[in-house]
Amino acid sequence: MTQHDTIIIGGGHNGLICATLLARAGQRVVLLEANRNLGGLAATREFFSGFNAPLASTLYAMPEKIVAELQLDQHGYTPSSQTLDLIALSRNENPIHIKADTIGGAEVGESTSYGDYQSMLRTFAKALAPFWSKTMPAISDRKLSSLATFGHLGIKLRTMGRADMLEFFRVAMLPMRDLVDEYFKSESLRAALCWDGLVGTSMAPRSPNQSVITVLSRMAGSHGGLHTIPSQGMSSLISALESAAIAAGVEIRTETPVSKVIVGGDEHGQQVDGVLLANGETIRASRVVSSADPKTTFLNLVGAPALEIEFTNRIRRLRTKGYVAKLNLALSSLPKFKGLDEPNGRMITADKMDDLEFAWDSAKYGEIPETPVMEIVIPSLRARGLAPEGKHVLSANVMYIPGQISGGWTAAKKQELLSRLIAILDLHAPGLSTLVEHAELLTPEDIQNEFNVSGGHWHHAEPSVDQLLMMRPTYEAAQYATPIPGLYLCGAGSHPGGDISGNAGRNAAKAILS
Amino acid sequence: MTNNPDRLRQNSTDPYAGERLKLSYFHERQAPLNLRDAWSAWNGFKFADYYYDTDYEYFCIRNTCGTYDICPMQKYIIDGPDALAMLDRMVTRDLTKLGVNRVTYCGWCNDSGRLIDDGTIFRLSDEKFMLTCGSPCIAWLRKSSLGFSNLEITEATEDFAALSLQGPTSFATLKAMGLGEVEQLKPFNLIHLPFQDGEIMISRTGFTGDLGYELWVEPRLALPMWDALYEAGANYGIQPYGEAATNMARLEAGFLMPYMEFNEALKTVNFEYDQTPLELGLGWLVDFKKPHFNGRRALLRQKNEGLKVKLLKLDIEGNKVAEEAILYNDEKQSREIGYVTSAMWSPAVKANIAFAMVDAKAANGEIWAEIYYQRELRQQMKMARCTIKDKPFWVHPRARQTPPSLT
Ligand SMILES: Cc1cc2nc3c(=O)[nH]c(=O)nc-3n(C[C@H](O)[C@H](O)[C@H](O)COP(=O)(O)OP(=O)(O)OC[C@H]3O[C@@H](n4cnc5c(N)ncnc54)[C@H](O)[C@@H]3O)c2cc1C
Repeated sequence: MTQHDTIIIGGGHNGLICATLLARAGQRVVLLEANRNLGGLAATREFFSGFNAPLASTLYAMPEKIVAELQLDQHGYTPSSQTLDLIALSRNENPIHIKADTIGGAEVGESTSYGDYQSMLRTFAKALAPFWSKTMPAISDRKLSSLATFGHLGIKLRTMGRADMLEFFRVAMLPMRDLVDEYFKSESLRAALCWDGLVGTSMAPRSPNQSVITVLSRMAGSHGGLHTIPSQGMSSLISALESAAIAAGVEIRTETPVSKVIVGGDEHGQQVDGVLLANGETIRASRVVSSADPKTTFLNLVGAPALEIEFTNRIRRLRTKGYVAKLNLALSSLPKFKGLDEPNGRMITADKMDDLEFAWDSAKYGEIPETPVMEIVIPSLRARGLAPEGKHVLSANVMYIPGQISGGWTAAKKQELLSRLIAILDLHAPGLSTLVEHAELLTPEDIQNEFNVSGGHWHHAEPSVDQLLMMRPTYEAAQYATPIPGLYLCGAGSHPGGDISGNAGRNAAKAILS
Repeated sequence: MTNNPDRLRQNSTDPYAGERLKLSYFHERQAPLNLRDAWSAWNGFKFADYYYDTDYEYFCIRNTCGTYDICPMQKYIIDGPDALAMLDRMVTRDLTKLGVNRVTYCGWCNDSGRLIDDGTIFRLSDEKFMLTCGSPCIAWLRKSSLGFSNLEITEATEDFAALSLQGPTSFATLKAMGLGEVEQLKPFNLIHLPFQDGEIMISRTGFTGDLGYELWVEPRLALPMWDALYEAGANYGIQPYGEAATNMARLEAGFLMPYMEFNEALKTVNFEYDQTPLELGLGWLVDFKKPHFNGRRALLRQKNEGLKVKLLKLDIEGNKVAEEAILYNDEKQSREIGYVTSAMWSPAVKANIAFAMVDAKAANGEIWAEIYYQRELRQQMKMARCTIKDKPFWVHPRARQTPPSLT
């Protein structure tokens, strides 16, 4: 039997990255993934015969640094440099195209404002960028030394200049709505610009918290917040990560759910001793690194009894309700959207910010919103192999859809939501419904069950101020190490959070190796 | 038994009934004996500070016997296959060693190793435990039970009528009451004996450091038990005693009082204004051989780094009680090194005694107390030299002797 130093739970992109970096540093690593496919929430699956779609359809947060560090180019991955326009669809007006520096299809004044808005956000995003790839200092009442990272941020903010720094402090916690209100007039434009601060969270345009920070963190990627789709598909990123892991010596086992983290103990205290698999097999190792979400890791795999009382109660209270559903459509041909030559962007179906707000109002009371808002891409226009020749895949993130609805999700309720969504699509792309060969709708509950993520949450745990930075997922586990010697976290529930960025996996590996 | 919050209040037609203090199951007997009407409150119960005279009641504890009402003490039943594991992870002591029909004194800490409360745990059967403590702790018990699916926690405070019987003639009194079988009961053991048409649970426990027992019955047997006890104890000097006399006896015996020696960690606002068991001299309660219990990591760190402060027992020169005194490293008050938490003139030891929280480093040097006292309304101050005592101030072999003596 092979001996392992380290067991990685979960083969999402963060688990794969962490495994590779540890193996490259000489550790004998085995990675255990519950599902058949690697990639976790970014895995590509065939949802209908001949039609494939990943849950996470676009890239924006993946740093070039990590791609280079892992030499993913040598494993078949080529990042795309062709960005997708963000397109504000509206029922009654022409679509507005939002690009890196300009806006097409809106009043002239809006374009000027957009320039100001973008340059402000870019300044802030640049100042914050180093933060996403660093381990946060622990909250400690004594150690000032660990505050060096904050010192660094302070310097970064100072170098923006006094005026920008003060402006940063003014806007950092604004609701998205108040921020975009200051700059823009067009309702649909404002709604589309809100989207990137909100998607994946339980915040709506009027929620004060950290939506602006979410926007800024998403702007830290290669294209200043604009999205891309690799020409070989998202699957090319995951298979490159897999290939890099294997090349580094990682043993990968899929369809291998872990049911327990084994915590041993003697008079010297506790120590991780391996994992128990659902099939009854035990794998020993003195280090276990989990990319499963924090609730799953601590409450299901470790179990509260092996942890401390206040800690477990903080984990229990983590907010992990996801509100994004996924709609995948197999289309017999390319749909025609009103006012667009080609639906080759990222299209937001909100006439106004209140569409988002009202959808959230329903969702927070456990109701299916009357008019959910969608972020639509047609990845088959960008990536090969997702649909049979001439046919297309439409993939939409749908907000805000509760994981638990009053009375529970039933086939009928899902059908009802699906009909609403297709009716909305028909408004923007008349006749689209006639092209649908197959529709798949995954509610947050489905995502939870299929991808083993609490609440089906995009970020594994809500990225709100109380669950961010040195509080992510909670203090005493925010530096990737946990209260149990030998147990670490490396997934989206850790700093800096979700999205396909690899930061959590890479930061964790660095913390473990340091 | 139902937990009707009003069932211990005087009168349900009283519009302020919910605001009034609850009355103990023994109130009917205790009230007429409270000659001074010296009532205060404990956990929402009307509770006697003293009945007649604190010193008199104290001398009853040490020379004859007395009863102390522990109805207001909080009681919880933790029952089920996971009960032992849950409590063992909660408290710092190794509970797996606690046999059935045994009682143990223990403390429990928050994650940072700060003491939440102390109390006693009774092992009533393999899977059934009773925890008693000074202030409510149901919320902490519930938090502690997260992840243990196989147990039930019941708030049982009002399900028991309980009385502490303490003092050298307490055994003689029980014997005269027909409960002579307690003769073989060792300290921290418990026994169930028939009483009238029911049962009485007797544990050899208490808070005075003396020979003593705690008696537990269902509420309907409260007054019958009182009457039988007082009838039997008439010739043995039985007398109810209140909080004030308890406080004297427990200090002599070296027992800690919440809100005097320590602040309960969950209620402390200022950082580290609470205390760890190690600082409180309760290191013997902390079993680091257990691989895991709440607060272990923090306590181990403190043990390795060394204590900054520790609770000391002081013998203070003179007879002026050092209540609330600040401590210094010399008579000239060059440096403040701590403060007194409880102090008294001990009649049994004939000494001026105190508990004090002192800078650990200063404990090796001189300790001086700045004592304020009054002489006919004039404030006086004196500096008094203190000596550290390692043992409890008062210990008596009769407390542990089995079979116990009759006097
Ligand atoms: C609908 C949706 C759309 C999204 N779209 C995008 C997007 O377009 N772009 C983007 O950047 N981000 C997107 N995200 C977010 C992004 O996909 C996630 O934040 C990211 O993939 C998280 O990666 P991870 O490796 O940390 O965790 P995951 O990808 O969740 O991987 C964790 C893995 O652990 C496995 N696991 C869990 N428990 C066990 C166990 N007991 N035993 C073994 N294995 C276990 C799971 O099966 C899973 O494979 C989207 C998320 C959702 C929900």
